[in-house]
Amino acid sequence: MTPRSSRTSRTAGHLLGIDRVACDGRGLCAELLPELVELDEWGYPVIHDARVPAELLTHARRAVAACPVLALRLDRARA
Amino acid sequence: MNQPHPDTLPAALTRAVPVSTLPVHAGPDGPYGSRLLHGWFATGGPAGLAEHLGRYGQAPLPDGKRPSMPLIHAVEEAGLTGRGGAAFPTGRKLRSVAERRGPAVVVVNGMESEPASQKDESLLHLAPHLVLDGSALAAAAVGAAAVHLCLPRSRADQVRALLAAVEERGRAGIDRLPVQVHVLPHHYVSSEETSLVRWLNGGEARPMATPPRPFEKGVDGRPTLVDNVETLAHLALIARYGPAWFRSAGRPDAPGTTLVTVSGAVRSPGVHEIPLGTPVGAVLELSGGPSWPLAAVLVGGFFGSWLPADQAVRVPFSKAELAAAGAGPGAGVLVALPHGACGLTETARVLDYLAAQSARQCGPCRFGLPAVAEDFRLLAGGRPDGGLMDRLRRRVGLLPGRGACRHPDGASRLAATALATFADDVRHHERLGPCPGATGRPVIPVPGGPGPEQEGWR
Repeated sequence: MTPRSSRTSRTAGHLLGIDRVACDGRGLCAELLPELVELDEWGYPVIHDARVPAELLTHARRAVAACPVLALRLDRARA
Repeated sequence: MNQPHPDTLPAALTRAVPVSTLPVHAGPDGPYGSRLLHGWFATGGPAGLAEHLGRYGQAPLPDGKRPSMPLIHAVEEAGLTGRGGAAFPTGRKLRSVAERRGPAVVVVNGMESEPASQKDESLLHLAPHLVLDGSALAAAAVGAAAVHLCLPRSRADQVRALLAAVEERGRAGIDRLPVQVHVLPHHYVSSEETSLVRWLNGGEARPMATPPRPFEKGVDGRPTLVDNVETLAHLALIARYGPAWFRSAGRPDAPGTTLVTVSGAVRSPGVHEIPLGTPVGAVLELSGGPSWPLAAVLVGGFFGSWLPADQAVRVPFSKAELAAAGAGPGAGVLVALPHGACGLTETARVLDYLAAQSARQCGPCRFGLPAVAEDFRLLAGGRPDGGLMDRLRRRVGLLPGRGACRHPDGASRLAATALATFADDVRHHERLGPCPGATGRPVIPVPGGPGPEQEGWR
């Protein structure tokens, strides 16, 4: 785990979402946001906890913007 | 045995009466507590419109084009849950569609893509007008402007029968909306609700990414209710006889009856109607009991769970208690596996089928599921390489929650429960090669024939 990650602030109000049909395993999300996204052996994303901690929000936004097939998104968590 | 009372029928549901004050009507409880299959016990054949109306009278359709909240209340009060596999509360689904703006659409799901299930086919054969009544009532409940009935292309006789039934109702003038009958490719994931919506919108019968869910934006962009045919048949009876009658079968936390399909090592395989909460062992007895000592039971279908037989027979058939045992009702499927059969080989065959049937749209179904099926084939064939079991367990664990639909989740559950329930067989296959049962006659009815690769999705 890198210093950026912290379990304590996972009450933040954003969730990482993936359009699984659009996703074709380019893997940029895991490069830009390794704290939240791993890849399986075929390069498709694995997200163990979709909640985005506040301190990762900027990085998450960057990863969303970088997805070449627009499959990654940020959803607002419901209260 | 209670006879139905057509003369006491539509008393209450079209008025805004609090549900708790509704009278308990004498409902159509037939022999063995049958409700949906009552007519079959009376005549041994399908019920035509005249017989149907003689038994139940006309469906108590509420007035007007607006959604009908009393009917939705009644379904909520009854505690009806979806009989297609997810067991979601039907009243809540009706409400979420009714509360959207603008006219809605009702999709009646008669696809029954689960190969081990025959209950929807049987119901549509024996009591088509109960399903069509339920469709009309659901349409009235949510304020729908269109009703679509989806049937599989592989059941041409059934399609003809339903077209005739719809036409007969049209001549008799008993439905406000004409039911449009559609014939879709019969693949495993084609019955998924987003597949139906996509097909009805002119696309392929493959699942779509959500959101939006059909209740938000479905057929023609309208709020869309997708319900299984059995669910709607129950709704047709709740509308007539009320929630208290519905709850007089089953248990408070699992009310009503449900259709089950029993196959495998039982003396008389077939479709039965049971009160929810009936122990699995008692359901097997309805099918003549085991024809051979049982090793395990597949509960729920190809997306279901293997349970050891001694555990399975004691579990009441209800969502909560099956969940506590690590299973679910699915589409009401039970397959009894006899001692001597190889559960790993059976599972490998089903996984092969599921892999071939997937829509190949998402990573887990394009790569993960075929890889799991291949690993399972190696295990079943007793040709494991050194890393097989670790690799298989890791791959099985990475399938759930990562597809647009629940296809990889279902396959993962089947594989994981097989590894647990047949743990002794796993050791045998790992160390000594395939068990004698691995080359025996298959127990689970896995369809051969062409799949989506050959037949396409349109």
